[in-house]
Amino acid sequence: MTVVLQNAFWILIFPGLAFTLAVGLFASWLVRKVGALVQYRVGPPVYQPLADVMKLMGKEILVPQEGHRTVFIAAPLVGLAGVLLLSTILWLATAGISYVGDVIVAMYLMVFPSLALILGSSASGSPHAAVGAGREMKLVLGYELPLVLALIVVLIKTAGWTEPGEQLSLVAISQRASVLSVSGALAFIVALLCVQAKLGFVPFDIAESESELSGGVLIEYSGALLAVWKLMQAMMLVALPLFLVVVFLGGIDPSGLSFVWGIGKFVLVLVLVILIKNTNPRVRIDQAMRFFWLYCGLAMVVAVILASIGHYRGIAWL
Amino acid sequence: MDWNLWALKKSVWVFHVNTGACNNCDIEIVNLLTPKFDVERFGIKLVGSPRHADALLVTGGGTRQAAVRLKEVYRQTAKPCIVFCMGACACGMGIFEKGYHMAGPIDTILRQVDPDAIIAYVPGCPPKPEAMIMGVVKALAALQPKEKYATERMGQAVVANPA
Repeated sequence: MTVVLQNAFWILIFPGLAFTLAVGLFASWLVRKVGALVQYRVGPPVYQPLADVMKLMGKEILVPQEGHRTVFIAAPLVGLAGVLLLSTILWLATAGISYVGDVIVAMYLMVFPSLALILGSSASGSPHAAVGAGREMKLVLGYELPLVLALIVVLIKTAGWTEPGEQLSLVAISQRASVLSVSGALAFIVALLCVQAKLGFVPFDIAESESELSGGVLIEYSGALLAVWKLMQAMMLVALPLFLVVVFLGGIDPSGLSFVWGIGKFVLVLVLVILIKNTNPRVRIDQAMRFFWLYCGLAMVVAVILASIGHYRGIAWL
Repeated sequence: MDWNLWALKKSVWVFHVNTGACNNCDIEIVNLLTPKFDVERFGIKLVGSPRHADALLVTGGGTRQAAVRLKEVYRQTAKPCIVFCMGACACGMGIFEKGYHMAGPIDTILRQVDPDAIIAYVPGCPPKPEAMIMGVVKALAALQPKEKYATERMGQAVVANPA
């Protein structure tokens, strides 16, 4: 019973829903504020994401007539649940609570938001949303391969430091910063770009492109359902940079002054994402596919080979 | 305090509808969204879909072709929503008043769909961006909790197809 209660507390209150939502709303304010500063604007006040979500909660929910009602309503909740579990697992891993294999669980949970977006937009019956769903699907196909290869680089590097088989847990991975090696740095850069695409930020906001698809995958959502999507995106802003910190940058050590350094790493990744967002134009879907499969894929193959050589020859910096 | 009302006032997402304007008001509206005026300070954001919108910025006098589309867009908007008539044409058809192709000013067109539509007027040809900001501020200040635009009107059926 106490185990159930503890898990419920973890998922719903402390590292999970309430805490991640608070951090996520703050992070999404940071995205808009830094974007405004880059464009020499003042930008929105700090309560802006909260006001947006509260307003959406009070609005009418419209379900399209041609749409599939159940899937249309369930999709945002599925996406939110996936990101919720992902962020709980990642926060617990920073606190040292982990099990062998949670890297793979985290990888699967990271696909949930995109999957929910594809489901929800396909269920809405709008042609704009259908185009958006197709683009999102291609984008997922594009970035999953380099992201998994980047993770394999980290697993190879971690294998030299831990017991065989133990490297499949987030805590083992986060013991050392893999980014401090040639292959690790390469993998970090590629994974950062994949996270950019997962977050749906410019240059990879192809699925949600406001100029030609006018909202794309989210076009038919209104009211509380749109609010759930916005909350999901806010939580992804916490979970995905945290994933990068845990996997590549040595994690967040919750004790003493190193905790401040851990928060610094998280903010650093977030600011990198925001700066990439604000200094790039949107790419077309074929450009994105070529970028991820050809350039990022080749870079990751090189990184995997380098990491293997480093592992067998015992060269730590490779 | 009415938190719903507070949130609506602090986060107005606008959708831009052109119903046969000469493009002058549209230029000023786009000007409004540029870094110089930076309406994101007040939480005002341009969105691409009427489903996401809280306010419709309507320009133009409402031609017969555009009137049908305007009604459809209004029906698709999620419902506590405010309509801003931007410019002289939208407020009262302006110089096109006697035109054979006009379906009446924006408010008459919208009242055919929803007799209780909340409509605000910003006159001018074109209104300056400052005037538009002032219009939005005054309209939002005029929204009272007693109107219960959020809860009472939500259940009301907006006329489905008034031909």
